[in-house]
Amino acid sequence: MKLQISTQLAIFAALELTAREGRQLSVAEIGEKFGVSSHHLAKVMHVMGRAGLVRSVRGAGGGYQFAGNARRTTLLDVAQLFEDLSSVEQDTRVVDETPEGHALREVLNEIDAIALATLGSITIATMRKLVDRCRVGDGRRLKAALSRRKDQPRF
Amino acid sequence: MSDDVRVRRVQVADIPDVVALDARITKLAKAEYWNDAFRRYGKRRLDERFFLVAKNRLDRTDSRVLGFIIGEVRAWEFGSMPCGWVFALSVEPAMRLHGVGSALLEAVSGEFKKAGVGKMRTMVARDARLPLLFFRSEGMMAGPYIQLEKDID
Repeated sequence: MKLQISTQLAIFAALELTAREGRQLSVAEIGEKFGVSSHHLAKVMHVMGRAGLVRSVRGAGGGYQFAGNARRTTLLDVAQLFEDLSSVEQDTRVVDETPEGHALREVLNEIDAIALATLGSITIATMRKLVDRCRVGDGRRLKAALSRRKDQPRF
Repeated sequence: MSDDVRVRRVQVADIPDVVALDARITKLAKAEYWNDAFRRYGKRRLDERFFLVAKNRLDRTDSRVLGFIIGEVRAWEFGSMPCGWVFALSVEPAMRLHGVGSALLEAVSGEFKKAGVGKMRTMVARDARLPLLFFRSEGMMAGPYIQLEKDID
């Protein structure tokens, strides 16, 4: 399954803003971390703001704050803002009205249902834990790589 | 683990509370099922079967069961290495988001570890939002097995 760039950016922004309680970041700061243009990200933040997931704080040092409940907001809640999931949720349309077409549609619907259930079961708070776990894993991998490099004979 | 919760093995006196808690949640009283579960998971092969209950640690006069969990070590099902299977978990609705479920899962996880297994599994309905969110928040991910079923004609 592929997610639109906007969906990915929205998830990344939510993760950045929930890294610390009450954290406030500008579009430029978030964009810099993920290497994306402020212009694109501003559009994404606007959509999230309309959905009540972020709020903008004006004035010096202003930016965005996460306004949702990180323990209740799922990846599906975010994805639905940018992706058309309606066809995935109830795809009863059978392009090919043959038994083969029905059979293939059944298999594809099964895949979609699993994808939706996965997105709907992972909250922003859970994602934060996953990010932290990946960070620890990255640290260990880096340490192991450095240690391997140290053990290598020098010429 | 929440400091307010203590987890211990189930005792026969807990079963009426377990039945009542399950009936409140599922709207179906299954006394016979839970009595049988107690006989199978609370009394036999206790080194690999764990029926645990959560109680109020702060108030010893509060004897209510705040939640319960059942797990067992299973091995070699379709080639699976021994792993810990959690197949029941229930928390008093008023006590949710207070760490009871986490304490139960942590306790059963510790028991599995003592039993020598390093992997814990469970199975949840795709539309069971609450348990799915809970298990995910505890770090559980989709595993390498796919649940399959069919209607028996």
